[in-house]
Amino acid sequence: MNTNYLPSDYLPIVVQLLAALGFIVGSMLVSHNIGPKRHSKKKDDPFECGIPTEGDARTPISVKYFLVAILFVLFDVEIIFLYPWAVNFLDWMKESREMAIAIFVEMILFMGLLLVGFYYIIRKGVLNWNQ
Amino acid sequence: MDSTVFIVRSIIIFVIFGITLLIATYSTYAERKVAAFLQDRLGPNRAGPFGIWQPLADAVKMFTKEEFIPAQANKWLFIAGPCFAMLTALMASAVIPFGDTVQYEGQFIAVQGIDINIGILWIFGIVSLGVYGVMIGGWASNNKFSLLGAIRAASQNISYELAMGLSIIAILMMSGSLSLRDMVNQQATPFLGVSGLNWNIFYQPVGFIIFLTCAFAECNRTPFDLPECETELVGGYHTEYSSMKLGFYLFAEYINMFVSSAVISALYFGGFNFPGQAWVASLLPAGALGHNLLTSIGVVVFFGKIFFFIFFYMWVRWTLPRFRYDQLMNLGWKTLIPLAILNIVVTGAGLLFDFKPATWLIVIFVVVLAVISAAQPRKTMRPQQSTV
Repeated sequence: MNTNYLPSDYLPIVVQLLAALGFIVGSMLVSHNIGPKRHSKKKDDPFECGIPTEGDARTPISVKYFLVAILFVLFDVEIIFLYPWAVNFLDWMKESREMAIAIFVEMILFMGLLLVGFYYIIRKGVLNWNQ
Repeated sequence: MDSTVFIVRSIIIFVIFGITLLIATYSTYAERKVAAFLQDRLGPNRAGPFGIWQPLADAVKMFTKEEFIPAQANKWLFIAGPCFAMLTALMASAVIPFGDTVQYEGQFIAVQGIDINIGILWIFGIVSLGVYGVMIGGWASNNKFSLLGAIRAASQNISYELAMGLSIIAILMMSGSLSLRDMVNQQATPFLGVSGLNWNIFYQPVGFIIFLTCAFAECNRTPFDLPECETELVGGYHTEYSSMKLGFYLFAEYINMFVSSAVISALYFGGFNFPGQAWVASLLPAGALGHNLLTSIGVVVFFGKIFFFIFFYMWVRWTLPRFRYDQLMNLGWKTLIPLAILNIVVTGAGLLFDFKPATWLIVIFVVVLAVISAAQPRKTMRPQQSTV
């Protein structure tokens, strides 16, 4: 397995980015230039099932969505902590079994704490969408 | 990296890019044909034999339609939304190992856009950026339906991303690498005496189910297509879109389906390995020719697996009804996340006690629970009969 990666190994990503950007900008320009354009006041209104538009869409929305976003940030950070642990797990197994067991128990403690918080938010009704 | 390798890599990237676009285009055709087959209809059959030029006709239609921007929309964000969705969809295919190495003038060149050791993290990073495209587009439209669709999409995608990230960890523990190529190569060893069949699905059935469910939710596919559910939200986040901008949103969905099918095949179904590949290799001539032939068979097999999963997406679309929003969130948070954590713990314990297929115990446990709960008499929820 190659373990020494140079920054230049990532150069093909730039090629892919340029290809994707070229495709997107190209087709946007083409479709912008060959389509018809006819405007009218009624037509330019936001679609609202045929009835006259009432206000705009910059209205407050349910706080549940915000809570889900906050919880996502918390949990995602904890999941990222698990990644290096998971990748190195086999190496610790090879080194010594006792060490692997100790580290495994530590991670169970970490996930236990995570689950305590998880239980708390469920009991708080954060994920209760019926109310 | 010397310039020859760089040029070869660039060529591979352009080929993969073209194949991605081609498969995404023809997925739209396949979707309609599969839908027609499952509903006992004919499907598109006017443009060319069996309607195979239908995607081209659709593309021409998309290009020549009026490009509509609502007066109240944020113009630049409105344009940026679909472009961003498309960009993130197109960037993810770079790290997928489509085949083993090609031997050319004594050098072994991997059939892969970029052979980096953080492949799966790259895919996760790019896929999680995809939510911005939907969110920007839905918000910029300044339409209530679009906004609701976009917020649903964002909230659904981030919720299922957690379970997806957790389900991968069990695979990482078993493979000890973040590189998709290493994970695929580890699945080449014999399983029950059959070479190339040591697939992760035999050790990680629970992880696979979780990952598959989350992949459906991440691609906004039925039964999780609430962001664009036409019965209540008109068109969801792309209500106001027309012409190629709408095309980008739809196209990005098909590219995401292709990429996620490729990732599922690589992670759980052996990637380019196929049963009996050692036997096939012994039949082929030795040296560069045989090696390259084996690689090309592997690439074909890998695409076969990808096509199966793309078909599976379409099959499920016409089989399962859409979830309700609270059901969707409950499934993601209260079922998949705890199950994924349980999966990690059982996998870890299994590795410590040298019993790799330990997660089958979870499957057995869940099946037993289901049988017990099915055997119990049901609480009837019949409405009170009116006496009038």
